[in-house]
Amino acid sequence: MTMSNLMNESDQTPARTPKTEAGIRLTDAQLRARRSRSLAIGIALGLLALLFYIVTLVKGPGVLERPL
Amino acid sequence: MSVSFAQAELAVEQGVDPSIAPSIAGARDYLELMKPRVMSLVVFTALVGLVLAPGHVHPVIGLTALICIAVGAGASGALNMWYDADIDARMLRTAARPIPAGKLRPGEALAFGLILAGFSIVVLGLLVNVVAAALLAVTIAFYVVVYTMWLKRATPQNIVIGGAAGALPPIIGWASVTGGVSLEPLVLFLIIFMWTPPHFWALALYRKDDYARAGVPMLPVVAGDRATRRQILLYTLVLAPLGLAPWLMGYAGASYGIAAALGGGAMIALALRILAEKEGFKASKQMFAFSILYLFVLFAVLLAERMSGGLFGHFAA
Repeated sequence: MTMSNLMNESDQTPARTPKTEAGIRLTDAQLRARRSRSLAIGIALGLLALLFYIVTLVKGPGVLERPL
Repeated sequence: MSVSFAQAELAVEQGVDPSIAPSIAGARDYLELMKPRVMSLVVFTALVGLVLAPGHVHPVIGLTALICIAVGAGASGALNMWYDADIDARMLRTAARPIPAGKLRPGEALAFGLILAGFSIVVLGLLVNVVAAALLAVTIAFYVVVYTMWLKRATPQNIVIGGAAGALPPIIGWASVTGGVSLEPLVLFLIIFMWTPPHFWALALYRKDDYARAGVPMLPVVAGDRATRRQILLYTLVLAPLGLAPWLMGYAGASYGIAAALGGGAMIALALRILAEKEGFKASKQMFAFSILYLFVLFAVLLAERMSGGLFGHFAA
């Protein structure tokens, strides 16, 4: 099959739906859910960082000493 | 990965494979997955173990331990809901949970549960101590693998043996302070362990049809009401004197002794009423509700006694 044949075939392909924005368009509910999840993850990570910071202050130089 | 009809329909509308369609689960659905009411009871019993333990712990470290235990309990709940989604969908009591309700996909619950379990164990090990972290790992594994995946669908003794997972938090709390385990938290463990069968069998008596529909071999489904009523009485007869043990062993005061004696007496009276009940499940419902109050009061009095003895003196400055 030559290149010209290939080009002809693609020219003959029936027109598909017009190209819109790439990807999935989220519904309002999905957008709200994603925002709520993102917020929760952000808060959880922030609290985790704060926890490590405070514990480091509390333990001081002994932060790496973990008694069995 | 299975998806609900609503999710599948939405995915088709959006022209994507339903198994990878964007999630409709919000933060509240994930919170529900963690069984917040169970979490609160776990945190409470762990707090009592932590406060009763001899020695000193900085309040921040104590709080860290409780947060990790709470998150570990939430992880167990999420993994339980992931594995039991098929059972939950068939039971009236659990049909509205996030997975059977179609708000969350099982894979999302599994990932959430595994991440929480990993974080809670690692953080407890890093910030508190390794023994407490190991005990938390054992608790999560026992609840998910031994109880949920194995015993629950296999034997009417499911909640008897599986009850060990729910009884471990006071030991984890104790270990968070001492870095070890001794007799006192083991007695607290035994109290919760012996409390679990009468509590859940009282529920199972009046929810028998629900369990039968889901194919869960709870004792009333397999052995019948009469045998279950007898077993409730037997376990309660062991539980009531066991409840007095912290007082007899000297690490609880007179107010605890009185509460345990009165509560234990009431539990036995209710168990006898359940045995005598020929029709209906009034006594079973009363036992289910009262048993929660009984356990809560025992641990609350232990906590109150220690706090009145100077909680802040317990914590190091």
